Amino acid sequence: MSDLGTSGEPAGTEQRRDPPAPRQLARGGGGATAIRGGVHTDLHHDSAIKHVTGRAEYCDDIVEPVGTLHAYLGLSTRAHAKIIDLDLSAVRAAPGVVGVLTADDVPGVNDVSPTGRDDEPVFAEGKVEFWGQPVFAVVAESRDAARRAARLAEIAYEDLPHVLDPQSARDAGMPYVTPPLTLKRGEAAEAMARAKHRIKGRFNVGGQDHLYLEGHIAFAMPGEDDDVIVHSSTQHPTEAQHMVAHVLGVASNAVTVNVRRMGGGFGGKETQMNLFCAVAALAAKRWNRAVKIRPDRDDDMSATGKRHDFVVDYEVGFDDEGRIAAVTGDFAARCGFSSDLSGPVTDRALFHADNAYYYPDVLLNSHPMKTNTVSNTAFRGFGGPQGVIAAERIIEEIAYHRGLDSLEVRKRNFYGDAEDGRNVTPYHQRVEDNIAPRIVAELEQSADYRARRRAVLDWNAKGGIVRKGIALTPVKFGISFTATWYNQAGALLHIYSDGSIHLNHGGTEMGQGLNTKVAQVVAEELQVDVDHIKITRTTTEKVPNTSATAASSGSDLNGMAALDAARQIKERLTAFAAERWQTDESQVRFIANNVRIGGETVPFADLVREAYMARIHLSAAGFYKTPKIHWDRASGKGRPFYYYAYGAACSEVSVDTLTGEYRVERTDILHDVGRSLNPIIDKGQVEGAFIQGMGWLTTEELWWDDKGRLRTHAPSTYKIPLASDRPRIFNVELASWSENRERTIKRSKAVGEPPFMLGISVFEALSHAVASIADYQTCPRLDAPATPERVLMAIERLRE
Amino acid sequence: MTSVTMTVNGKAASGDVPGETLLSDFLREHLRLTGTHVGCDTSQCGACVVHVDGKAVKSCTVLAASLDGAEVTTVEGLANGELHPMQVAFNENHGLQCGFCTPGMIMSGIDMINRYKAEGKELTDDAIRHELEGNICRCTGYHNIVRSIKDAAASM
Ligand code: FES
Ligand code: FES
Repeated sequence: MSDLGTSGEPAGTEQRRDPPAPRQLARGGGGATAIRGGVHTDLHHDSAIKHVTGRAEYCDDIVEPVGTLHAYLGLSTRAHAKIIDLDLSAVRAAPGVVGVLTADDVPGVNDVSPTGRDDEPVFAEGKVEFWGQPVFAVVAESRDAARRAARLAEIAYEDLPHVLDPQSARDAGMPYVTPPLTLKRGEAAEAMARAKHRIKGRFNVGGQDHLYLEGHIAFAMPGEDDDVIVHSSTQHPTEAQHMVAHVLGVASNAVTVNVRRMGGGFGGKETQMNLFCAVAALAAKRWNRAVKIRPDRDDDMSATGKRHDFVVDYEVGFDDEGRIAAVTGDFAARCGFSSDLSGPVTDRALFHADNAYYYPDVLLNSHPMKTNTVSNTAFRGFGGPQGVIAAERIIEEIAYHRGLDSLEVRKRNFYGDAEDGRNVTPYHQRVEDNIAPRIVAELEQSADYRARRRAVLDWNAKGGIVRKGIALTPVKFGISFTATWYNQAGALLHIYSDGSIHLNHGGTEMGQGLNTKVAQVVAEELQVDVDHIKITRTTTEKVPNTSATAASSGSDLNGMAALDAARQIKERLTAFAAERWQTDESQVRFIANNVRIGGETVPFADLVREAYMARIHLSAAGFYKTPKIHWDRASGKGRPFYYYAYGAACSEVSVDTLTGEYRVERTDILHDVGRSLNPIIDKGQVEGAFIQGMGWLTTEELWWDDKGRLRTHAPSTYKIPLASDRPRIFNVELASWSENRERTIKRSKAVGEPPFMLGISVFEALSHAVASIADYQTCPRLDAPATPERVLMAIERLRE
Repeated sequence: MTSVTMTVNGKAASGDVPGETLLSDFLREHLRLTGTHVGCDTSQCGACVVHVDGKAVKSCTVLAASLDGAEVTTVEGLANGELHPMQVAFNENHGLQCGFCTPGMIMSGIDMINRYKAEGKELTDDAIRHELEGNICRCTGYHNIVRSIKDAAASM
């Protein structure tokens, strides 16, 4: 800048140089009345230009220091076995190899279990408990050398019996990996016995691989003393920091974890990155060189956890009108060999086993089963989707039994209000913000559901090979971490003397636009163009003790923390302005890059500079904790959720009854994000989540062979939706009238997870098309994912 | 070691690399052009698409050594003073979330438009979906990606 240091102050003895003059950009725009990038506006992703030009930096793009080494994991090839002999001599002798690491080389604790259950070793010790479990790591001069060497290990095993799926685990009496949960209200058994009709059923719902496009990666640099810096692609830098410290046997203050951005996370990088961070840090300290670890896609999919699959046994009692009297449900999950997050995930499955419906008497049990598979983990919805789809299956059962349109049954069972008393959930929280009926009614209209359903029935009545199906399903999703202490966040805000703003918060950016939204909040509060705000990488050095960016909570928590920080500085600036201009604080207003002080308008940056000269503190740490929530797991009672987010989708499909192949003809969505902070970003979340949810229930099939080896471990065999799978007609709207009843950030609602469950409409539409084979007399037995093969089998069963 | 000489983004680029070096590694590690992403290493995701002699190629499936004398364009080479229309379209249509697939999508999008133009065919919505079979995106649901490519086709 040419105008640096041209202030009229005499050169002091201490003062080397004046503070930089206000940035031209930050000066008041004179005529401009509104800032760029305030809240409730369509602001593009803050990294969009970097993404389209290839300049956005991911972990693997960071410049490597000279001498950087590369680590690679050696994975087990047994589902359950004792390790008799571990011979790594060929690995050590391979070209380019610097050394190997096993459990014996861990100076601290050989464990990366996120919940402190101590059941998840970095490297297997004495036995392996799933196919693909890390046994050792090899460190070499190049990634290629390490990868080749990892294959040279000679491991002698003695096989032990293994159990792969939740049902076999229950049959075999396998233990729970974590304590189960019971939710109970009323007397379900008695109400069931009294009910006019009863149906019992079993539903299998499959897991899902995250398939974030950027795989797992960690890059560690050793420092002095015990220090180590780890760059990674993790959703939970604080936990990675704690885990690295735990494994290295050092204090948390020796470890720094940095995350600029992720190439997708979806929950798969919440705890699963701990392992990679620990291995990279271990190697970096051991050889005192930078070490990077990036598994290939096959190893990434084999060695890291996925969405839990469930076997759900349910019974429902109901009356002639299809009104539910009682529900019981047993939710058995494939948790894998360790607990990881299976406790809260299976809890959340129960929390959502009601979806949007009132169950007068209810008893729900979770069964977090230990299996000899990779330890399953967080995935968008965190068990919730598995609960929601069970509720929707129950509704479908009732509809077919009573010969009703399933939408009618849905409406009859929606939560009510305080007046009719039909507003209490199985966990005794009252539903106070129920907008499901309105959302569904509006979507029914805008999607022309009635007429289209009629047309589908008419089409199917012709008895052709191609059958159609249509379904409209709602979602109600509880927002907050059920681990109450997780509902806190911090932010750090600096305003530099040139008026530019540096913002840091505890959330991580994985494409969801969190940084953009948080910057909008600060821009709005300080009334400056968003371009003056720079959000820097998430680092444990700036905001400590953060929660995972998960549970859709990113903007709710970090937006509020940033707002708190901005308000603190604003208050200081206001007080300063009032004093300096000899006016009352009420006469100070922040308006579009300027501050109105009494009768004068001062550019924001000028005020900042004056404030600096007057020694006003221009940095603040913000903090937020979600109010109102509490949860007593032992009694199964409380208010675990601050509020609910709602949505509904209507999908129509065509099914070829000879092959089971299908396509989605049209999907209409109406989704509730409260008062959207950024509609274009929120809509993108809804679209992406819907497609991902649809993939979960249609083409994405995880398949283990009988030896326990995952055979779907790359995009070649594991099929996520492609562009061609997108519905032919796809109408997505946000409920523009919605406003959060609670005092969330600018009355918005969380958006990351809830729309994932809109994909259920596709599943139920497929079921509808299949049911036409037997004239809608029976609810088809259709498990998820409804692959063409499963659809065909369901059709064949109805033909028999 | 093999010596390779090619033109990358209009500039001469050469290096001595092991014979098995993939083009993606050559670009990323030797030339530090990290806009080309590696999502699967196995020719399935399309994050690594670049143009070789004007055609879209998955750079994780070609050996750098086999491209002696070739003209390579990466996502970094598109903007020339101002953004390429495809880059503008992805920005304006919010055709990205995490951005990891974006460079590959952009390079594939440009290639398909060029091919359809050359053959005088119309690039319909259906054609775009079909053409994108080799590029996966886990974030966006493709809605805005298809819109971006359509928009760009109109202005290219
Ligand atoms: S990295 Fe080349 S296609 Fe996936
Ligand atoms: S934007 Fe994340 S994979 Fe496409």
